[in-house]
Amino acid sequence: MAKMPTPDELLAATPAFPARNWMDTKPDFRAGTFCYPAKPETMAGMGFANAHAWAPDEEDWHLPENWEQILYDGLKKRLEKHRSLKIFLDVCVRCGACADKCHFFLGTNDPKNMPVLRAELLRSVYRQDFTLAGRLLGKYAGGRKLDKAVVKEWFSYFYQCSECRRCSLYCPYGIDTAEITVIVREMLLELGLGTNWIMDPVSNCNRTGNHLGIQPHAMKEIVEFLCDDIETITGIRIDPPFNEKGHEILFITPSGDYFADPGIYTFMGYLMLFHELGLDYTLSTYASEGGNFGSFVSFDIAKKLNAKMYAEAERLGSKWILGGECGHMWRVVNQYMATYNGPTPPKMEQPVSPVTGTVFTNAAATKMVHIAEFTADLIHHNKLNLKPERNNHIIATWHDSCNPARAMGLLEEPRAVLRAVCNNFVEMPVHTIREETFCCGSGSGLNTEEIMDLRMRGGLPRANALRYVHDKHGVNWMGCVCALDRAALPPLVNYWVPGVTVSGLHELVANALVMKGEIPRTMDMRQEDLPFPDEDPADAEASADTVEEDA
Amino acid sequence: MTIALGASLIILLIGWAGAALGLQYLLGVVLPLAAAVVFVVGFIWRVVYWAKSPVPFAIPTVGGQQKSLDWIKPSRLDAPWTNTAVIGRMALEILTFRSLFRNTNAERGTINGVPRITYYSSKWIWVFALLFHYSMLVILLRHARLFLEPVPLWVGVVEFVDGVMQIGAPRFYMTDALILLALLFLFARRLNSEKLRAISLPADWFALFLLIGIAGSGICMRYMDKVDIAQAKVFIMGLATLRPVSPEGLGHIFFVHLTFVSALLIYFPFSKLMHMGGVFLSPTRTMRINTRQERHINPWNPPKKYHTYAEYEDDFRDAMAEAGLPLEKQPEPKADA
Amino acid sequence: MYNAKYIIPGLVIFAGIVTLPFWINLCSPAYVYPDVAKPQGQVTLQGGSEPVTVNAGDACVEPGAWMRANHMSLLLDWRDAALREEKRVYVASDGREWNTSLQNTCMACHGNKADFCDKCHDQNSVNPYCWDCHVVPQGNNHEFK
Repeated sequence: MAKMPTPDELLAATPAFPARNWMDTKPDFRAGTFCYPAKPETMAGMGFANAHAWAPDEEDWHLPENWEQILYDGLKKRLEKHRSLKIFLDVCVRCGACADKCHFFLGTNDPKNMPVLRAELLRSVYRQDFTLAGRLLGKYAGGRKLDKAVVKEWFSYFYQCSECRRCSLYCPYGIDTAEITVIVREMLLELGLGTNWIMDPVSNCNRTGNHLGIQPHAMKEIVEFLCDDIETITGIRIDPPFNEKGHEILFITPSGDYFADPGIYTFMGYLMLFHELGLDYTLSTYASEGGNFGSFVSFDIAKKLNAKMYAEAERLGSKWILGGECGHMWRVVNQYMATYNGPTPPKMEQPVSPVTGTVFTNAAATKMVHIAEFTADLIHHNKLNLKPERNNHIIATWHDSCNPARAMGLLEEPRAVLRAVCNNFVEMPVHTIREETFCCGSGSGLNTEEIMDLRMRGGLPRANALRYVHDKHGVNWMGCVCALDRAALPPLVNYWVPGVTVSGLHELVANALVMKGEIPRTMDMRQEDLPFPDEDPADAEASADTVEEDA
Repeated sequence: MTIALGASLIILLIGWAGAALGLQYLLGVVLPLAAAVVFVVGFIWRVVYWAKSPVPFAIPTVGGQQKSLDWIKPSRLDAPWTNTAVIGRMALEILTFRSLFRNTNAERGTINGVPRITYYSSKWIWVFALLFHYSMLVILLRHARLFLEPVPLWVGVVEFVDGVMQIGAPRFYMTDALILLALLFLFARRLNSEKLRAISLPADWFALFLLIGIAGSGICMRYMDKVDIAQAKVFIMGLATLRPVSPEGLGHIFFVHLTFVSALLIYFPFSKLMHMGGVFLSPTRTMRINTRQERHINPWNPPKKYHTYAEYEDDFRDAMAEAGLPLEKQPEPKADA
Repeated sequence: MYNAKYIIPGLVIFAGIVTLPFWINLCSPAYVYPDVAKPQGQVTLQGGSEPVTVNAGDACVEPGAWMRANHMSLLLDWRDAALREEKRVYVASDGREWNTSLQNTCMACHGNKADFCDKCHDQNSVNPYCWDCHVVPQGNNHEFK
């Protein structure tokens, strides 16, 4: 990885808006500007016909001989499959409302990162080959001949879109660049062009059940380690069930939650919450991934990976699925899962909270509930004994992750939880939160080290808003419900706004949760000293004595 | 832009020169009727082309709080979960350009010496887009007086409101000025902003020039180079009753206006102007946000193909057994055991 | 075709509205130029040594074709000239000088609003506000009740 410039250097190195026509500029593949290509064996393993070795920074990408035909047929096929694609390609009026809504454009100032031009990269080719005006008038109708430079451009810019859909919110016709991005990435895969950071997890997930390739016994071991930590902090030993049949709930969360800091603290939070509630649940090593890197590049692969959730629920006889904190996972679960792999196995039932009796009617078809909904319901019904004072050293703000916000509308549930477990909560400025939220800059499979410069730029708008509340209100903590955020935001925040900690929601819940039979807490979930530790009952008695003596 | 300007000037020239050369019948009868056919058939053809592809996935863009727990107030119009609410969302979208109303402007600057991006609400594009479209609508409605006999009462009402300032004769209509103003704003905006200049295609300029040409020639015909409106109506009624009459005696400007309008009608179905139909069909706006409550059906849903649990257990059986994980099938006892 | 139950009615409504002028006029009789009353009477020209009387139908202030398209502008110009600038003489393009007066010049020949003005105005939905101030001419032979 190239050495990162300082934030000031990075900002100073932002190029001016170029005057040249975008059709005349070619993409640039300096080291640090592109994701590493997927390994041919990984691509072949996932069944891609044209898997081959290639490198973005080489002139020749070794495209299959009939690459033009593949793309032409691929686009034709997809136009027939997706009305959205036809409409999004046909109706854009280039009003430019989307232009400054994209975090990558705001960070890079590259015109092709304006959503309208990103789509135009495909649209120009579509016009040339699929519309009357384009066939007759060619470039005067905005058409462009498909050549190898266009393919390279697609690879460059459709891997500079994090599929966050912020542009689609502002578009007067609801044109959704994420849709176009996935479709172009799909077509590129047919040429054997994929990125390692996406295809490796996809391949892992297919075989081992999760993106990180954690094998079943290793997963169990890791979770046991985390349970050791929980015991250290709370004095309570938890022994979560794995792959057990006959439990009411199957719990699925992204693998990042039990693998990497700071996701693990959130994962520990889930386990503590379930233990405290006496929840009848099981984890699965087979469906051990909530996320779905397939969804970034292909509808078919997304379906394939997602299929395991219902298959496992059926095998284990679970009535419903509880899903952990994740972003794109919930895009898939909320908008695609029922379509892909429904109807649900016959034994699954409409989710009902066993603690409060709340019927989750909004999950009637998928039978899958988001843990923020589940916990918000518990808190609303006063089922948790919480000590938010334990989080008093925290001034929190809330980062709405793109997918839970714009593909789901999960806005108030996490806030309700956050307010209950943390006494200090400050919102970031309007236009940067809720449905208008900014991406972390690393979504949709871009959270890889080799493009750190791009990630820091893409995350600039998010960091910029955080910096504002950090400076003005002393915010030192940013919560989120997305595993990619938990991986991508710490380096981002460290770069732009040092001094802010990133965590999942249930880490803060776990801090505040008073468990039956726990020892007085002196540490937070990260085993750092709590500035306001619980009083030791012995000390409390002693101090009570003192008071009496004084009286 | 020069290409688009050239094309628009050619249309103007065709209208003027055609009228001067005595091609009135061609420009006044054949062209508009053909244009009307191309417009209607082309529009339907384009929508049917869209409709031939299914909407495989439920991909609404959620613009507010979802409907989940009953104590959390959902956003009915930005996250509609019933058909009625979707109609409400669409009505706001189509009648008030709600998404455009959200528009913000991002600006780079510094706050206390720190580089910052600030966002503020920016409604200019919304104001002028709305002005243009509503002026267009009122103008179209006003034109009904030339197509209907007797002229219905509502046309008079529209004219009265539009001309309520009672300036001059013929009465000055506010929409005539507003549509030009809005078009000129949209033009200037495209010209002034480097971002807009970069994304503008000849088609974008052409649509603006065409509309400016139509509005301009219409205004010119009403206020300056006047034609006998009674004769214009006789001619237009001839078209509307499909019994064309001689266009003799109508000024050239009338044919310029008509040629511009015909050009627009012919261009419409093959251009971005089809956003008029497309906005009704955009899946991110027209779909209900109840995607976990109701299963959306994909007509081409491929068969499920995935790595099954049995295959998975085959891969990891021994390790799983050793770790004490439950198994469907116990491992074969090892030979040496 | 998918979602036909929404899209087809939508298209029918679209096509219906757009082609409405044709449908409405399907059975209409041929539309003819409004049957405007012929001018009657005489006007006395202004200026010169002797007043000259012109018979209606001989010539209007300006040529007929021009008048049909531009009379509203002329009337406004006359109003401004007569009332605001006290210019009572209008020199026409053929050099004749007319009395700038709606009452004495125009209405001398075109003496009936209903048969002359309204014929065209009604059919073309034109509602001038001349008669907010002026007395409505009801014809030379009209008996005031």
